[in-house]
Amino acid sequence: MSPRPLRLRKISNPPPVSGFKPYGNKKNGTKSESIFLHFEEYEALRLCDYEMLNHHQASVIMDVSRPTLTRIYARARQKIAQALVQGSQIIIEGGKVYFDSEWFTCKSCGCYFNNPEKQEKITECPLCKSSDINNYDHSIEEDEESFDHCNDICICIGCGHEQLHQFGHPCRGEICPECGKNMVRKGTPHSKIINK
Amino acid sequence: MKIAITSTGNSIGSKIDQRFGRCSYFVIYDTEDKGIEFLPNPNKEAQEGAGPASVQLVASRNVQKIISGEFGIKIKSLLDSLKIQMIMIKEPEKTIQEIIDMLNK
Repeated sequence: MSPRPLRLRKISNPPPVSGFKPYGNKKNGTKSESIFLHFEEYEALRLCDYEMLNHHQASVIMDVSRPTLTRIYARARQKIAQALVQGSQIIIEGGKVYFDSEWFTCKSCGCYFNNPEKQEKITECPLCKSSDINNYDHSIEEDEESFDHCNDICICIGCGHEQLHQFGHPCRGEICPECGKNMVRKGTPHSKIINK
Repeated sequence: MKIAITSTGNSIGSKIDQRFGRCSYFVIYDTEDKGIEFLPNPNKEAQEGAGPASVQLVASRNVQKIISGEFGIKIKSLLDSLKIQMIMIKEPEKTIQEIIDMLNK
């Protein structure tokens, strides 16, 4: 039996450089091989360690499941540690990814638009200049408070009933009060399949 | 700043084209001197690669925003790397005049 195909990982910010080179002379003089860091591993590292998101929030942004994100992240750290210890250069390339920037939607004119200048935050709709805009596709809270508590939602597989996620209680353990089925986390690939 | 809008016809009363690569006309609107220019799309009947060819045409005019109904997966990454903003309007009945009025507000 052939394995399931990999899910495409979504990358919002490509790395500014295509790799890193070691500096200074090496002690034993042997030339070590380059480490190939995949784009998805770079992105996982950026989301988890630079943006300080938790694994679930990062997984929703990359459009993969939470365990997959954790595996990608673990691989990224392993490769970077290997490169630092062995003094080898890092080349960022490859991986099964697609690039997509952040998308926004405007409530007043109903249009969708993206933000090509990633460093600058977008505050108004480019079309009607209204400031009533929303993050489209994924709604991460931008404020710092959201890291302390969790605004995620559990959704029922059977009837689509939603309730606020209890921090520390896995969604799978929650039972839907309306139809008695197990619930899953809203926004994960798993819950999207069920909605169809 | 120049803005490209996809159009179904060559007048400002025509409606927005919901496709980007195979739209009939591109409207290049300049927000500074309010100039409007209509460009017929040579890739309208192209078998394949209409999107990237259209991107090239529009990018050669130095536009910073593109307004259309939908963008394909090939175009999104291309425009991302060119730092051109994409704006999607999911209303096929909107006319070019209405969009230009919105931009001038």
